[in-house]
Amino acid sequence: METLTANSASTNESVSSVPTEREQNKKSRWKGFRKHSNLPVNESRAGLPPKRPKGIWRTLIQQKYLYLMSLPFVIWLFVFNYLPLWGWTMAFQNYKPAKSFSEQKWVGFDNFTRLFHDDQFYLVLRNTLAMSVLGLIFGFIVPIVFAILLNELRGMAFKRVTQTVSYLPHFVSWVVVAGIISNLLSMDGIINQLLVWLHIIDEPIQFMAKGTWFWGIVTASDIWKETGWNAIIYLAAITGIDKELYEAARVDGAGRFRQIWNITIPGIRSTIMVLFIMSIGHLLSIGFEKQMLLGNSLVTDYSQVLDLYALNYGIKIAHFSYGTAISMFNSVISIILLFSVNGLFKKFAKESIM
Amino acid sequence: MASSSKAFNATKGERTFDVINYILLGLVLVVTLYPFLNVLAISLNDSTDTVRGGIYIWPREFTLENYKTIFGYTSLVQGFKISILRTVIGTLLGLISSSMLAYTLSRPDFRSRRFVSVFLAMTMYFSGGMVPVYILMRDLHLLGTFGIYVLPGMVSAFNVFVIRSFIDGLPYALQESAKLDGANDFVIYYKIILPLCKPVLATIALFLAVGQWNSWFDTYLYNGNKPSLTTLQYELMKILDSTNQGSAMTNANDLANQMANVSPESIKMAITIVVTLPILIVYPFLQKYFVGGMTLGAVKA
Repeated sequence: METLTANSASTNESVSSVPTEREQNKKSRWKGFRKHSNLPVNESRAGLPPKRPKGIWRTLIQQKYLYLMSLPFVIWLFVFNYLPLWGWTMAFQNYKPAKSFSEQKWVGFDNFTRLFHDDQFYLVLRNTLAMSVLGLIFGFIVPIVFAILLNELRGMAFKRVTQTVSYLPHFVSWVVVAGIISNLLSMDGIINQLLVWLHIIDEPIQFMAKGTWFWGIVTASDIWKETGWNAIIYLAAITGIDKELYEAARVDGAGRFRQIWNITIPGIRSTIMVLFIMSIGHLLSIGFEKQMLLGNSLVTDYSQVLDLYALNYGIKIAHFSYGTAISMFNSVISIILLFSVNGLFKKFAKESIM
Repeated sequence: MASSSKAFNATKGERTFDVINYILLGLVLVVTLYPFLNVLAISLNDSTDTVRGGIYIWPREFTLENYKTIFGYTSLVQGFKISILRTVIGTLLGLISSSMLAYTLSRPDFRSRRFVSVFLAMTMYFSGGMVPVYILMRDLHLLGTFGIYVLPGMVSAFNVFVIRSFIDGLPYALQESAKLDGANDFVIYYKIILPLCKPVLATIALFLAVGQWNSWFDTYLYNGNKPSLTTLQYELMKILDSTNQGSAMTNANDLANQMANVSPESIKMAITIVVTLPILIVYPFLQKYFVGGMTLGAVKA
């Protein structure tokens, strides 16, 4: 019984964090432990001799349904997720679609050399990093602030309405959002009208046609679309905080800000950490949807991102090898980022996702 | 005395905090909701009148003419059919595959459980990238087919793990007693696990359906030249795109592009509403499920 309580205590430790593979296993292993131990939890195995390891073929036959139910998807995963990695070989070839693999001409790192000597590439990388970092900072802080403020609301009806409405944009496609945003930001759109009315500007601004506005527009649209949705996790984590802590703090005379600072934020710290690591890992894979839909020919110097660059070079004009080199650069940097950030956090903050 | 004045200060501070908080979140509410109401109002306004501007949340000259017009465009009606078809088939396929895989992964005695889990979890952290995936689809002869909409997205690691942690929370004794009654693993999955998983399956179904309904890029990349397979989102994208960018028409035969050059703001907004409406109708009903589902996937409580 000692181990049991210790175990459940350690699972409580990790309340309010994204399920990591390890935690999931921990949980299942714990279940397995209960199943195979002699604890009277499991009547059906009580009294039976301890299980001996069985031969592979016997388990295969015994668990044939489990294999039948998982094997097709393992194959599926292999084809759709792992085979594209094999496609990375194209980056080292002068890939010609008509030829078979053995007939392709190998060119070593030529495609990468070309990539790193391409001025356009650095522009694209700058744009990708700029929008990623902006998205990381704001897309990360705003949902936390929103969740905390929402949690502090007293009126239950207003709270529920605000929360429900805040998810709404998440369910709408980027196509629709891009349409809405360009409608709002057009010359006679509501934003320009408001700014003129408030005498902040004298003349309407052509937001969508100015490259310098583009990063801000993308970040703002992202915040508008995803804040409510991303706040769900934090709200759930806040709900898990012991209410007595707040009462104790109130008795000690702590105001609302003190309570937020000393109870709420520490209470969701591990959730924040885990989500932060994950978003850093996906820093370069910010996608291209918003950039492609909100961008136009006037702002390409600011809107072109790595994935779009790969699309334009790799697929539209069929430079498959060059496009693959771009995609590969993107993926490799993402994985390196993820592992190093995860490692750093593991070392200094004792939080990790792997 | 001291304590009472302290309490008074606290309540005063609290009141200011509450007022500011209400104003802030009220603003969030307006900012989130206004664009939708504006689009709705414009879509219900007479299209020649809309050009004068000044439509905010109420149509000035109410009409349903815009909606009648767009249902006359064959490419849109066709797109609507394909969108519904891919949403239904994609959601069903995704639900069956994720729940089946999740069930095997939830079985502590499944011998290859660890391998399959790791094999699946790895896919969350890397991807081949756009070009290798495109080449793969071409080599699998999926370009220009309906299959490309529903096959590549069938299993997502996140969905599987969400369902699995839900199954982990169910009492294992149910499965054991079924086993004693002679049920095999598939029967247990089908007869016991699936019915108990309804809440989490509703969540995943919503995720899958929204993803299917909203995607446009796969149409753009793989099926753009197949008018019989284009989706509603893609048609909307073309219509909004061509006027926003003021770019030259690349394809003279492109019906949607031609349409875009003549279709006024009100018609565009009517299409936007048609594209958005199904989701707006569904999501409030599923809200209690997906909030639970998100939490289940993200927070262990």
